[in-house]
Amino acid sequence: MVPVNYYVALSAVLFTIGALGVLIRRNPLIIFMSVELMLNAGNLAFVAFGRSYEIAGGQPFFSGQIFVFFVIAVAAAEVAVGLALIVEIFKARKNINIDELNSLKG
Amino acid sequence: MNSDIIVFLVLSLIAISSALGMLFSRNAVYSALYLVLNFVTVAVFYLLLGAPFIAMSQITVYAGAIMVLFLFVIMLLGAENLAPSQSLPWQKPLAYTLAVVLVVESVYLVISRAQTDKFISTPDAALNSMENLREMAMSLFNQYLLPFEITSILLLVAMVGAIVLTKQEKREQK
Repeated sequence: MVPVNYYVALSAVLFTIGALGVLIRRNPLIIFMSVELMLNAGNLAFVAFGRSYEIAGGQPFFSGQIFVFFVIAVAAAEVAVGLALIVEIFKARKNINIDELNSLKG
Repeated sequence: MNSDIIVFLVLSLIAISSALGMLFSRNAVYSALYLVLNFVTVAVFYLLLGAPFIAMSQITVYAGAIMVLFLFVIMLLGAENLAPSQSLPWQKPLAYTLAVVLVVESVYLVISRAQTDKFISTPDAALNSMENLREMAMSLFNQYLLPFEITSILLLVAMVGAIVLTKQEKREQK
């Protein structure tokens, strides 16, 4: 029997690590990975809350899991477009230092 | 201290240390591999929470598709080791301070305002049954049909966007 707040606390810690990664790393690929980590932390909280609220017959509350499914789909779409943009910027400038990328114009 | 809590603590130790490894690796390939480990650990958490379908989609979509895409791009661009540049010297200490404040505050809020009567037990056979999966699918395709269709349009738009972004460069080169 694990209290549900343990899961929420773990989710908060993972989210903070992701936010710290966005702030301190200068490699745009690692910033992307940190964003994925933050999305994952949110998913973990969704599933934990969905499990702790049960509807009739001991079934979990499925909306939590369905929202996680949508978040996974949105993350996949975001990564596809974001990585295509990074590849294009690298082709145009031969450099993906995040401090020098202040415009998307090629 | 029962066995559930020990399993939870060991898994959360793996999850947090692999996230920190992702954050502090100098080489971007190592970061990606640490993140794969983190995603697999989170998938095990989903199994413990009685969400086997989400756990399997986590492994196929995140640990499979998304991270392979990341590794391809890292190796394609040769961006394993970017030279560290520090244009704002005060930014890093400020970021660490704010992150510590955020984690202390959020964990304090979670602990202090917790509903102490909510417990999660290890899922039994009834929770992992086919019936439950069927119930979730019924909910997905009835109650959430419109968001599901919008998600498919979103994925289509993202695919077309990625193709258009990479194709325009070729036309200019000709």
